[in-house]
Amino acid sequence: MILLAPIAALGRSTLALMASIGRVAIYCAHTLRHIFTPPWYPKEFLTQLLQIGWLSLPVVGLTALFTGGALALQIYAGGSRFSAEAVVPSIVAIGMARELGPVLGGLMVAGRVAAAIAAETGTMKVTEQIDALVTLSTHPMKYLTAPRVVAATLCLPVLVAVGDSIGIMGGYLVGTTRLGFNPSNYLHNTVDFLEFWDVASGLVKGAVFGFIVALMGCYHGMNSGRGAQGVGRATTNAVVSASILILAANYLLTELFFTA
Amino acid sequence: MIDISALHKSFVSNAVLRGVDLTINSGTSTVIIGGSGTGKSVLLKCVLGLVKPDSGTITLDGEDVARAERDAFLAKFGMLFQGGALFDSMPVWQNVAFRLLRGSLKRPASEAKDIAIEKLRRVGLTPDVAEKFPAELSGGMQKRVGLARAIAAEPQVIFFDEPTTGLDPIMSGVINDLIREIVTEMGATTMTITHDMSSVRTIADRVAMLHAGKIRWEGPVSEMDSADDPYLRQFISGSAEGPIEAVR
Repeated sequence: MILLAPIAALGRSTLALMASIGRVAIYCAHTLRHIFTPPWYPKEFLTQLLQIGWLSLPVVGLTALFTGGALALQIYAGGSRFSAEAVVPSIVAIGMARELGPVLGGLMVAGRVAAAIAAETGTMKVTEQIDALVTLSTHPMKYLTAPRVVAATLCLPVLVAVGDSIGIMGGYLVGTTRLGFNPSNYLHNTVDFLEFWDVASGLVKGAVFGFIVALMGCYHGMNSGRGAQGVGRATTNAVVSASILILAANYLLTELFFTA
Repeated sequence: MIDISALHKSFVSNAVLRGVDLTINSGTSTVIIGGSGTGKSVLLKCVLGLVKPDSGTITLDGEDVARAERDAFLAKFGMLFQGGALFDSMPVWQNVAFRLLRGSLKRPASEAKDIAIEKLRRVGLTPDVAEKFPAELSGGMQKRVGLARAIAAEPQVIFFDEPTTGLDPIMSGVINDLIREIVTEMGATTMTITHDMSSVRTIADRVAMLHAGKIRWEGPVSEMDSADDPYLRQFISGSAEGPIEAVR
């Protein structure tokens, strides 16, 4: 029996993981159903657009600015080993648009938005506000989850686009002021080598990441345990699961977009 | 009339309700008493559909609540939650008028606001409270706002979950009197959960005691003090000595 204990523990963990995946999948299916069926709450949706989109701009912008600058320095340092310094503008642009813009934007929004959503909905659950919504003939999935998920799915591509632009600008500033690039040549190289799909793939990734961020925030908030500890755990779980799912989804989407 | 029959509900291995039978006649105020953790709130949430019972039936005016159309069913109910459960992201008037601003009872915002202010006045709050946020109010004021929200759509049935918990005796008396006045005025059917005996004496027409997952005693409030059920007598007297274990 003692020898079987580790196998039993592994089995229990696997079953628990499968059950969690199943619960998230069911929650996701319910969310999609409530997004596409009335009633809709446009005021809630607009509020979430402001909360998720507008108020995340500074975080995403600053992250992109410093990342673009650091990327230019790294590519210049690496490229100089085989006399390829000239690729800095194009690699910065492609790197920001395809990978760093959406992934870092998604992760920063996961930290800010998934945590906020989980804390808010978790507190609402603990203080019986979710029950109150039901007694007031309002479905919590429609009133809380659907507007947040739709708003995040629409906001993230816009944030990614803004982040891409600011990141490329960060690379441009470092390239022209620190690395001695000609401003005009830098811009030409950026535009000439950047293709439509480089940008579009990043925006699609952004939409998927936005969906993940809001879904994880709502799921963990709605399933929060009791008390401050329960809400705290829900918040942590929301950020961790959103971040991991973003990185996993990024790999899968990159496989789909660029190797298929 | 609310008719609860053979209601069972367990959470994992913890059997909370073990065959509750209770009838609440229309227009009466029934108070459910019982110790902490005896399943009073679970019973109330089963009626509202917030918790799904394992077995048993609940009917409202002969209609099985499990099969009723949810929106139409819930439109008949108002509820005052233990902690108020006010939405802290919106001002007081929007909390009170929540049901009047969306769904089947939706009406213009100005009209909904007028109704909200009228209901606030009914529970003794001045119109300037309407623009405040719940976090700016004291516990007693939050209860009053919760009460105003519960009666805003003039429901047929109102539930009060521990209406005086956390309030000082004077404010408890004010809330109890308000509930009694409103219940009488509206002619609504009400079910109140409490272990505050002053609330029971003020609010109740009938009293039911829940113990060990079943209704232990039920009758008019006027007969409560003379009842010879040892569990009820111990609960009323608040004594540690008796059949109810003091440490649960």
